Amino acid sequence: MNKVSYLKELESESIFILREVVAEFKNPVMLYSVGKDSSVMLHLARKAFFPSKIPFPLLHVDTGYKFREMYEFRDSFAKEIGANLIVHRNEDAISKEFHPSKNGVAKCCGALKTQALLDALSKYNFNAAIGGARRDEEKSRAKERVFSFRDSFGQWDPKSQKPELWNIYNGEIDENESVRVFPLSSWTEVDIWNYIKHEEIKIVPLYFAKKRNVIVQGKNLIPSDSLKNNESIQVESRFRTLGCMPCTGAVRSNATNIEMLIQETVEAKRSERETRIIDHGSNSMEDKKKEGYF
Amino acid sequence: MVDNTEILRFATAGSVDDGKSTLIGRLLYDSKEIFLDQLEALEEDSKSKNLDTIDLAHLTDGLKDEREQGITIDVAYRYFSTPKRKFIIADTPGHEEYTRNMFTGASNSSLAIILIDSRKGVLRQSRRHLYISYLLGIKNIIVAVNKMDLVNYSREKFLSIRQDFKEISKDLSIESINFVPLSALNGDMIVRRGTNLPWYKGETLISLLENVNLKKESNTGQNCFPVQLISRVDNEDVKDFRGYMGTVTSGRFKIGEKIKVLPSKKESVIKNILVSDSYSEEINKNQSGTILLEDEIEISRGDLIANVEYYPRTSSVINCQVCWMSNEALVLDKKYLIKHSNKISKAIVTKIINKVDIESLKETDSSNSLEMNDIGKVEIKIQNQIVNDSYESNRNLGSLIIIDIESNNTVGAGIIE
Repeated sequence: MNKVSYLKELESESIFILREVVAEFKNPVMLYSVGKDSSVMLHLARKAFFPSKIPFPLLHVDTGYKFREMYEFRDSFAKEIGANLIVHRNEDAISKEFHPSKNGVAKCCGALKTQALLDALSKYNFNAAIGGARRDEEKSRAKERVFSFRDSFGQWDPKSQKPELWNIYNGEIDENESVRVFPLSSWTEVDIWNYIKHEEIKIVPLYFAKKRNVIVQGKNLIPSDSLKNNESIQVESRFRTLGCMPCTGAVRSNATNIEMLIQETVEAKRSERETRIIDHGSNSMEDKKKEGYF
Repeated sequence: MVDNTEILRFATAGSVDDGKSTLIGRLLYDSKEIFLDQLEALEEDSKSKNLDTIDLAHLTDGLKDEREQGITIDVAYRYFSTPKRKFIIADTPGHEEYTRNMFTGASNSSLAIILIDSRKGVLRQSRRHLYISYLLGIKNIIVAVNKMDLVNYSREKFLSIRQDFKEISKDLSIESINFVPLSALNGDMIVRRGTNLPWYKGETLISLLENVNLKKESNTGQNCFPVQLISRVDNEDVKDFRGYMGTVTSGRFKIGEKIKVLPSKKESVIKNILVSDSYSEEINKNQSGTILLEDEIEISRGDLIANVEYYPRTSSVINCQVCWMSNEALVLDKKYLIKHSNKISKAIVTKIINKVDIESLKETDSSNSLEMNDIGKVEIKIQNQIVNDSYESNRNLGSLIIIDIESNNTVGAGIIE
């Protein structure tokens, strides 16, 4: 009877981490990307501070290339829970029509995501940014701390990370420094889906399969809205991760509900980040993280 | 996967070239936790280096420097599951200079796998890994005797290593030590038994990991809830709510139970309990929640809510074993910060009582400095009184970290005696 099931154990640890952030930092913010991990993280934050409202704002770094369904979901959900939602865009780069096919993936991400994020953090003076990254997502993230320090340029130095012992998190920083905090560090993709099911958490419908207009590019199914004058075909598909339309591939799937989706995830033969075009090529996740990307 | 599986956190420790990365790669690979695209990347990598077979060790190299230099430089966390358990591996490098990483990885583990190269036997580092595990209160140790393929799967070799290891562990009280002969390279005795070790009748590594008894530390007389935050809500929906947020670190609390707050010793009765965001009759160990009391008493972050019969120490001078983790040596009488049970205090180290020679496990007294990767007993004087207990009887009240005020780095970790 004393046994806390493993999802509840993960939940409890994440709540502890979220509360430590609020206890130790003057001006925290939660990065909200509208995806499944963000949805879980937000759900945990609501639990952690119940019956209070969430004591920090949500920040959505908007590249302008997100799916229509994501914008709709973001706005209606933030309203529903009464959250303070800040949307930040790199308007300069957006007006210059940055696009991966024109500027290259690395430059496009650098301007629309990394720069926009760093600008937003400094504009609002946030000194702790809570993000939904998980250690199982990608090799360099396996070395990430729960409280991960950033220098005054918002950059990560993987070789001089602070040791993290027990559940004692070191939140000491100087005025110009900040931390990124990852309360979902120990969750895996399957844990996330099991928890979404268990807690009946609302998620963007893009995660569920339906017939979608896509362009087949090698192994990737690219949503056709993102490219002009193309030859798209209808494929029963869904998205395992959500990012910018030009860089997020769909996968063939007929998982139309959460049970089918979990089954598919458990049996998946390819990792979820494979559908993210941004992780491939020379500009690796490690490089991007060092520069300040999440 | 079912919802009532448990989580087992374990640390892996090995010396250089013991094949630890290969072992972890093998665990992930054989338990089907490797995705095809990761495997393809690995095959490409091996091809470009003209290797015949894929190198499982590279599955776990996260950073560029590691891939280029073929080493592991930091604690990395890996995840895999079987139908029985979810596993979290703290993968710590084996170089001697990385005691601090092993210490870090072991701090959150309830089991340690200590790797031994069957050709080399028990080394100085093995003692080090064993001692750190012991110091951090790890109750279960698996000694994985690896590279059995290179000693012709010799039973005698395995038995003699087992004997040597028993010898070095005989003075340390560790509940269970299991020995497994294996070949990470070929996968023998990891997930599959293989055919090369017919003389070994014990369990495979994965079976040991799945079945080890996760007996939690004793709960006798210690119901502890260190306060993280105070929650006050008074609005249209919620009237006059005042609760104390935290996580139960040992024992449990029930509505109607008498409690005391430390260090003030004020007593009250539990009026209501929230486990996460749901009202509940009781809250158990490792659950995060909010406790509401009958009386309005002054409580702040770092205070402890405990059962009235529990009497931990309240003191401003403590003795503890410290693992030093910084390139800059410990400086006596210098002002540091310590973080202990949700509370940050100023503190100075007044004395180094002794230093432990981890290889011989002997204590040497004439030491006036602790350097990176040293472990020694020190006396710490704290600006205020802290509610503490020995690490052995209370993990949470018995552990602390030391923070350098200038660099904000975590420079030491302490285990209170």
